[in-house]
Formats: sequence, C-alpha cells, structure tokens
Amino acid sequence: MTDLPQGPTAHARGVPASDVPASPVPASDVPVSGVLVSARGLEVHFPVRSGNALRRTTGLLRAVDGVDLDIHRGETLGLVGESGCGKSTLGNALLRLVEPTGGTVTFDGTDVTGLDRRGLRDLRRRAGMVFQDPFASLDPRRTVRQTVSEPLEVHGLRSGRQERSARVAELLELVGLDPAVADRYPHEFSGGQRQRVGIARALAGEPDFLVCDEAIASLDVSVQAQVLNLLRRLQRQLGLTLLFISHDLSAVRHVSDRIAVMYLGRVVEVGPAAAVGSDPKMPYTQALLSAVPVPHPALERTRQRVVLGGDVPSPANVPSGCRFRTRCPYVFEPCPDVDPALQPVGAPGQLAACHLHGVVGRPVEQEDAVPAPAD
Amino acid sequence: MQSTSAPLLEVEDLRVRLRTPRGPAEVVNGLSYAVGRGETVAVVGESGSGKSVSVLALLGLLPVRVATVTGAARLDGEDLLTMPPERLREVRGPGVGMVFQDPMTSLNPVLTIGRQLVEGIRAHGEVSKAAARERAAGLLAEVGLPDPQRALDRYPHELSGGMRQRVVIAIALAHNPSLLIADEATTALDVTVQAQILDLVAGLQSEHGTGVVWITHDLGVVAGIADRVLVMYGGRCVEDGSVDDVLERPAHPYTRGLLGALPDLASSGDGELATVPGVPPAPTDLPAGCVFWPRCPVRSDPRCETEQPPLAVVGASTGGLPHRAATWCEEGSPR
Repeated sequence: MTDLPQGPTAHARGVPASDVPASPVPASDVPVSGVLVSARGLEVHFPVRSGNALRRTTGLLRAVDGVDLDIHRGETLGLVGESGCGKSTLGNALLRLVEPTGGTVTFDGTDVTGLDRRGLRDLRRRAGMVFQDPFASLDPRRTVRQTVSEPLEVHGLRSGRQERSARVAELLELVGLDPAVADRYPHEFSGGQRQRVGIARALAGEPDFLVCDEAIASLDVSVQAQVLNLLRRLQRQLGLTLLFISHDLSAVRHVSDRIAVMYLGRVVEVGPAAAVGSDPKMPYTQALLSAVPVPHPALERTRQRVVLGGDVPSPANVPSGCRFRTRCPYVFEPCPDVDPALQPVGAPGQLAACHLHGVVGRPVEQEDAVPAPAD
Repeated sequence: MQSTSAPLLEVEDLRVRLRTPRGPAEVVNGLSYAVGRGETVAVVGESGSGKSVSVLALLGLLPVRVATVTGAARLDGEDLLTMPPERLREVRGPGVGMVFQDPMTSLNPVLTIGRQLVEGIRAHGEVSKAAARERAAGLLAEVGLPDPQRALDRYPHELSGGMRQRVVIAIALAHNPSLLIADEATTALDVTVQAQILDLVAGLQSEHGTGVVWITHDLGVVAGIADRVLVMYGGRCVEDGSVDDVLERPAHPYTRGLLGALPDLASSGDGELATVPGVPPAPTDLPAGCVFWPRCPVRSDPRCETEQPPLAVVGASTGGLPHRAATWCEEGSPR
C-alpha cells in the first residue's frame, strides 16, 4: 500500500475522497502489512476573526489543507516541516484532538471522523500521544503513579489498586525508570526522565499507535539520544506504529522507515526514509535537507546549500497552484495554475507533488484564488 | 583567520559563583579563551554547562546581589569586569552586540520595531530622530528584512520568528560592534531560516571584521561557522581547539559522547545511538576530580575521581591552535 496519489486539493465537507480523479497508483516495495491510519483529503481550517467587537470571520487559516497520508502497521513515519506547516495539527487531527473540517481519517478501518463518545474513548486507548514539553504535559501535583495509572482507570484496564500498581511498575520498567520512583512528583525528575514518564503514560492503554509530537525537542543532545533509542526499542518490542513529528531532520532520518514532508498544510513529498533523505525530488525537501548543518567541518565548508528566499507564506493566504511556488527556485509556467498532486517519482514508494516531474494535478479554479468565507 | 596582533577579547580565568537557595553554585570555573578579529569562537555545551552565564558575566548582566564574578575579560585591552557601570553601558552596543535566543522576549512587544531600533541608535551618540530612523531602515535592509520602511512601523508580533531574530541582530549591529555575542541565536528558528541568519552573520563578519562568540548546543552549526571551539561541561572548559580538531578528532570522552549521540543525516538508524548515560551535574553539587567522571564510559585512571585534570595539549594540532583537553583518559575508542 502506498499513499494514494490523488488530487490533494481542498475537499468540501462531506465530499468523498474517491470523487477526486486519481493518477496511476505507483508500485511499491514498502512492506505490505496493511494500513493502520489513513487520511484522505484531510482538512483542518480555522476561522480567522477580525479584532473588532463583532468578531466577524474574515478569512480561513488552512492549517491542514488536503492531506493524503497512509501510515502502515508497525512502521515509523517521520513527519517533518518548518514551524507553522501544520504538522502538529495533522497529528492532532489524526487522533481527533482537533476536529477535522473536511476529509476523512480512518483508524484500523473505522472512520474516526464519525465516532461517538464511546468510540472516541476506545480510540484514545488505542492511540496515544507523547507531547513536546515534559514540563508542561505532566500535572505537577500528581505523582508519577497517579499520572500513569489514570489511563488504566479510565479505560477499566486493571481493576483494583494492587493490579494497577503492578502495571505502573511494569510500565516504568519498560521505559527505563526505577519503579521505586512511582510516588515522586514531576519536579523531582530531569527533562529526560519526565519524558519517559510521558511515554509510560502513553503506553498505559496498550496502544497500537503513538504520535510523538516533537518528543525530543526540549531535551539535551545526550538525553535526546537516550529517548530516541527508547522509542525505537519500544516500537520493536511492542509492535507499535509511530508517527514521529519533528523539525529535527537528522533525528527523523534516524528513527523513521518512511518520511513525509509538509509545507503549508499539505504533504508535498513522502517515501522511504533512505530515498527522501538522500535523493529528495521536491525542491522544498531539497532545500530543507541542504539547510541541516552536519557536524563535520570539512563537509560543511564545501557543501552546496539551497538557501530559500523569504518566509513561509501565511496559511491564511495560501498561494494559488503550487503552494511552494513563491519560494521555489525552479518555478515555471504551470506552477501558479495547477495545484500539483502527489505522483510517483524516484524510488519505489516515493511520491512528490511537483510539476518538474510531469504536470499532474487540479487546475486552479476561480474560487480557490480567494479564501472562501466560512459558513 | 588567526590574527597575529593582540586578540579582540581575552577572557582569563573567568569564574562565576551564584547564590542559590540550595547553596553556592559554581557555575563557571576558570574559563580562559581569546577571540581574534573576524574570528568565530563557538562555545558548546548542554543546558546547565554555564555557557550562557559565562557571557552574561562578561557584560555585567548578572544581578550583583547573587553573582560573584572574578577573573579578567579584556576587550581591546580594557577589562570589562572592573569597568565602572557608566563605561560598561558605553561599551555595550558600540563595543559588544548581543543576540539572545528568543527574539520574542528580547524585543518589547508594545513598541514598534522602529522605536526600539531608534532608541538603540540614539543611546550612543547625538543623532536626530529622522537620521536615526533612516539608519534603522538601512540596518533592516542590511539584515535582509523585506520592505524595511514598512517594517519600522510594525510591532514584534506582526513579524515571523526569523524576521524578529533579524531585527534583534539589526539592533545588535546598529553600532558596528567589534564583538558580537550570540546566545543560541538560531536555536528557536527553522533550519532554513537558520541558514539565512548564519549567511548574514558570516557576510557582516567578513565585511566589518567582527569577532563572534557563538553559544550553541548544535554541533552542526559549529562545524559550519566556527574557527575555534570550546566545549563546556559542569562550568569548565573540557576541550578546546580548532573546529577540525575538536569535531573530527575529539579527545575528551564527553565531546566524543556528544558527537556519538547525534543522529546522522546521511545514514539510516539501524544501529542504536551512542548515549551518554545519566544527566549533567547540578552546579551546586559538582563532583570532585574530573567533572565528567560519574558519566564517563572510559574512566580508568585512579585520579579521575579525586584530582581535577588540567587542560593539556593533546596530539598534533592544526591551524596554529593548540588542541587541548582536560581529561586523564589518554586514549579512548576513536570516534
């Protein structure tokens, strides 16, 4: 299975993804073990309100704007992009921590967007989240035991204090903490240890899927490596499927089986980590990778860097056609007029949304040029 | 790029002790280094290693009531640490420009960019408002901010992180300082914006011969910009030398551990990353002997736990800079 290379243009609410013309399905050598999480034409649009007393909606902020993405069972998918590209919102939308405004998300065959409260609770057990800041994501007034055992109580996974206590000890050991620390408070731990507590909490419900949103960003370099190793070990041990969201391309390259690159609310390239990491086909990915400094002075001095001009456009005012065209060094005729679709290019399983590899996509319609007013 | 004349900044045996609720903290313990004109010195270390405090101390930016600073720091021969406050105020700005990590907190949110720049320009020298504004626009253009005239009337929140950091750099460069101190100046920025900022600083440096002290934990950035590297751990310099020596032939077990812990962009991660076990020591509770020994994977010398190793020359050096490390470990596994 690969990501369906269909028109990633804006879907109106409720329009099925299959209504969009699909381009040829590429061959793939990605291990076929089934898709666990799948997004089709996923949109999260936020209304932009003007500052006056009437609070009228004056525009739309397209945080996630037509994302097609499949996450395979047992893989680690790395999601990279600059700040503001919508990668965290996408991760939240997959778990319905924010409500998608369009498109669909399926989790193990179930449409997540239509779940009721009970269904959502089950999803919360099967899909966990590790947050960025271990200082902010743990309740300072609760002990580690209380934090880690809460999911057990909520989901009725262990009855009785004794059993829960045993499970907490098991979880702490799993993440490399001494079970004896269970009755301590978060402030008694270092950042890396707190992140381990956060991981233990996320694992309490025995999830199939874990979203790690910048889970190592606030840690020191030597501690980052410890947590990266832990995540990889846990994944193998427990057969987890991971979405690893990070702006750190080296870390993503290290942990991921596949990498997806986001720009302005859209996945613009996806493929096996080796292909995307070493031979990217989308100019944005090329620029992003070339900007990552490597700790080798001789290499750094001779390296050709693609320095992008300007800043990322606002997601409230997305350029027409290819959204990268305002910063792209290779821009040509079709770029402003055709919104490029993900198409197979390069290595098997590699997809890029770029006209340099053949003009595929949806022509810009008049209504797309101006942000549509919200209902 | 080493200058033969006297260095621009010469720090000698800098020590900072802070009074904390948990007792005195030895945050910086005998730091010595020199920065030549046009040269970039990178100070590398993890959080709590004392790298930020060491530069705050240079500019007298630590609260006097809690901080005791000793040693010497000569900027063009003049000691910053013994300078009267009035003279220090004159030096900050024209002599030394400073850029901090978070551009949102180093800019005043209720003043326009223009007012903040003009204030900085007029604080040192008799300039009319109009002329200062003119100069401010010129500076913003120099740091590559699009439409500088309009940017002057904007507030910090109206600019992106990269643009804000460029404004902070423009303020720091307003008087063509001979020394620029950047404390994690690009850490909060995306890699693409970081590349723009690094290019910008390198350009200004070659144009004005500015000496740069770049504090960071990102060894990739160090490899790209530094001439000389200083690795800090537990408030001490544990290794220094030319960028090639320190990054390609690290001699201290800590530097080796730091480099080994970095995921490599060029290869996939089938292997585990090397880790440095444990966490850095608290400055209130530094271990006796070598500061790194409780975490050191190769400790074997009996002196490790009792005697502090001196910063001594290790092996051949390149680029005319001695390569020194403070360790009892003679040879470890190569990187």
